[in-house]
Amino acid sequence: MAFDLTTIWAFIIAFAVFAYVIMDGFDLGIGILFPFFEVGDERDQAMNSIAPVWDGNETWLVLGGGGLFAAFPLAYAIILPATYPLIIAMLLGLVFRGVAFEFRWRDPGHRAFWDFAFTAGSLVAALAQGMVLGALLQGIEVADRAYAGSWFDWLTPYTLLTGLGVVAGYALLGATWLIIKVEGRALDHAYRIARPAFVATLILLGAVSLYTPFLEGQYWQRWFTMPSFLFASQVPLLTAILAYALMRALAKRRTYAPFLLALGLFLLGMIGLGVSMWPYVVPDQVTIWDAAAPERSQVFMLVGTAIILPVILAYTGWAYWVFRGKVGSEGYH
Amino acid sequence: MFDQLDALLLARIQFAFTVSFHFIFPAFSIGLASYLAVLEGLWLKTGDDVYRDLFKYWLKIFAVAFAMGVVSGIVMSYQFGTNWSVFSDKAGPVIGPLMAYEVLTAFFLEAGFLGVMLFGMNRVGRGLHFTATLMVALGTFVSAFWILSVNSWMQTPTGYEIGANGQFLPGESWAEIIFNPSFPYRLVHTVIAAYLTTAFVVGGVGAWHLLKDSANRHARKMFSMAMWMAALVAPVQIFAGDMHGLNTLEHQPVKVMAMEGHYESHPDGAPLYLFGIPDDKEQRLDYAVGIPKLSSVILKHDPDAPLAGLDTVPDADQPPVFAVFWAFRIMVGIGFLMLGIGLWSLVARWRKRLYDWRLLHRAAILMGPAGFVAVIAGWITTEAGRQPFTVYGLLRTAESASPLAAPAVAMSLLAFVLVYFAVFGVGTWYILRLMSGAPHAGEKGVKRTEKGPVRTAGITPGPTQNPGKDPDTLPSSQQEARDGV
Repeated sequence: MAFDLTTIWAFIIAFAVFAYVIMDGFDLGIGILFPFFEVGDERDQAMNSIAPVWDGNETWLVLGGGGLFAAFPLAYAIILPATYPLIIAMLLGLVFRGVAFEFRWRDPGHRAFWDFAFTAGSLVAALAQGMVLGALLQGIEVADRAYAGSWFDWLTPYTLLTGLGVVAGYALLGATWLIIKVEGRALDHAYRIARPAFVATLILLGAVSLYTPFLEGQYWQRWFTMPSFLFASQVPLLTAILAYALMRALAKRRTYAPFLLALGLFLLGMIGLGVSMWPYVVPDQVTIWDAAAPERSQVFMLVGTAIILPVILAYTGWAYWVFRGKVGSEGYH
Repeated sequence: MFDQLDALLLARIQFAFTVSFHFIFPAFSIGLASYLAVLEGLWLKTGDDVYRDLFKYWLKIFAVAFAMGVVSGIVMSYQFGTNWSVFSDKAGPVIGPLMAYEVLTAFFLEAGFLGVMLFGMNRVGRGLHFTATLMVALGTFVSAFWILSVNSWMQTPTGYEIGANGQFLPGESWAEIIFNPSFPYRLVHTVIAAYLTTAFVVGGVGAWHLLKDSANRHARKMFSMAMWMAALVAPVQIFAGDMHGLNTLEHQPVKVMAMEGHYESHPDGAPLYLFGIPDDKEQRLDYAVGIPKLSSVILKHDPDAPLAGLDTVPDADQPPVFAVFWAFRIMVGIGFLMLGIGLWSLVARWRKRLYDWRLLHRAAILMGPAGFVAVIAGWITTEAGRQPFTVYGLLRTAESASPLAAPAVAMSLLAFVLVYFAVFGVGTWYILRLMSGAPHAGEKGVKRTEKGPVRTAGITPGPTQNPGKDPDTLPSSQQEARDGV
């Protein structure tokens, strides 16, 4: 594995996608769980816990898409048409949700409608993201540098499973985020909701993990043959340890541990994904080097990214730091 | 074949629809961000609270417009891949990095300074807050810079090589790609357009409140500022547009033929058509009304200069003349109307009637949304005029689209139309509601409860169960004490 520019870019895109998943994941999760919160104070607290950060979170999606277009134009040109209805559904879901955020406060007369838009948009976006992941993993038909499959290739039992898995995972992130941010009755409720979300996530994660090796030759070899087995087997092992720790943390009503452990589960999922796919960006069809933009494009972008991305990260970290602590108690100063 | 054509047409309609919708908001944000910076600068310089009040008044509107620009922009960043995948693959190596810079810039701005600008007035020192406002204004510029560079490269491609697989690859110098021949003209013309658009919105809102109460000092101030802008900048814009047109004649002569409605060549001076119904099938302009020789005068500065027409261009390489011809006329017509309002306001000033000439105020209200119409019309002129190519002369639109079936595109187009009208309709209604409130002394900024967090962007958190005092309602002496904390 040579550490060339293309590999660096693959890691930058992977990082942007992961940053998006863990950050927008919890606020999409809160949207998914919204109907389970009591109308009034509990919903307001939940909304306020993500208000300062949600659209900063969402911008990582633009960065991921823009980055993929710039660094791996061929991958962008194959994956997006292949998952066309999913991408459109996700975008419209995010539009709906973003505007619901904006007008829930400003248009209290229709608050019930905006709450519905918030939940529906979040749910559709999360489901679509999970299904895009599944559609990618199960393979995309490519001919002559373009998508060559049919209209509904993205709709299979497997993609439904990955879609639901992401929905459950986001719900878990949302619930554990709330544990950090709310108090009083809302806090008890957050602990109560976190448990079924956790169980559902675990079951779906297990189902996807068991299903995946049967999809493609490469996955089976990666996971179940020596010597890669020695490395790959650490992933489910660590997942089991983290899952146990998360269960304990919920039982002991810890504040920060559940959220951090849930992030850990997502990180392991991402690593598992990398183990399965590397070095392909479209399984068995297009490697990252096939899809890569020429070196001049990569270098030119790397300059700006290397300067701006750390600043954005520092600022994001600072924003999260400023808004630390409970949302409804001390307020922010 | 027929299906292909259908899917292509639908994809083009979808792109036109989503990009026009999106473009409205940045066009407004670019101008408004600069106006806000001017207001805050004047407040700091003069200490006159009228500027602070106006700053806060327009800040609320800016917050909503900016948020809608971001939301509709997310769609744009995926639209190339979903509907124009072949174009993305072929042009990605060249324009992908420019777009990535645009995203990084917008992101940097949104993450960094918008929150301070929107909510930080009582939390950070005046100098720092003003810096944040300036950075937001600068950021909108830099975003426009990159995205217009992409658009200009598609119109006048330079600095590329053709690689294997028919991809465009960057050549030796990125500067040659970024600063392609039409870019400086397009950038100046578009940014001034954004300024004028904002000036007429501000002027329209000011006029509205003057009609209700001509003594309202805040409405007077905003109306006066907007009218100065109209009087000074509209002529500059007409000049910049003329320069841009000459540049287009040099690099995209066929586009100019369509703009002028010149189906025929004119070997000894071409007329300027004021009216006509272009008929692409018959290749002629019906019901034409023109001024002889004027087109040659404008384009060649010589009444007898020959001008080639579309009869020298194969049918397959011609843009749709009707759209280009009329969009261009609408844009130019609005430009001259803006100039007219600007001159009228100068007459009103000279006669000391700027604040009580009701007919002028009514005209200014009518012209309030004119900038948006002109901006969209200009966009249609340049984009439809680029047809039938995505990368001018090199890559055809028909060869750029994704391999999608027409029903898929039709469904997504329908979904976009429904959602956009619902969602942005509400947003626009809300902006209009904000504008209908009269600007007054002690204007509140973006509403926020004491408990509510400072936002990194767009929205205002709601009240918690025991809202504290809104810091904006503090007496000013206390506010000053809070500044610089």
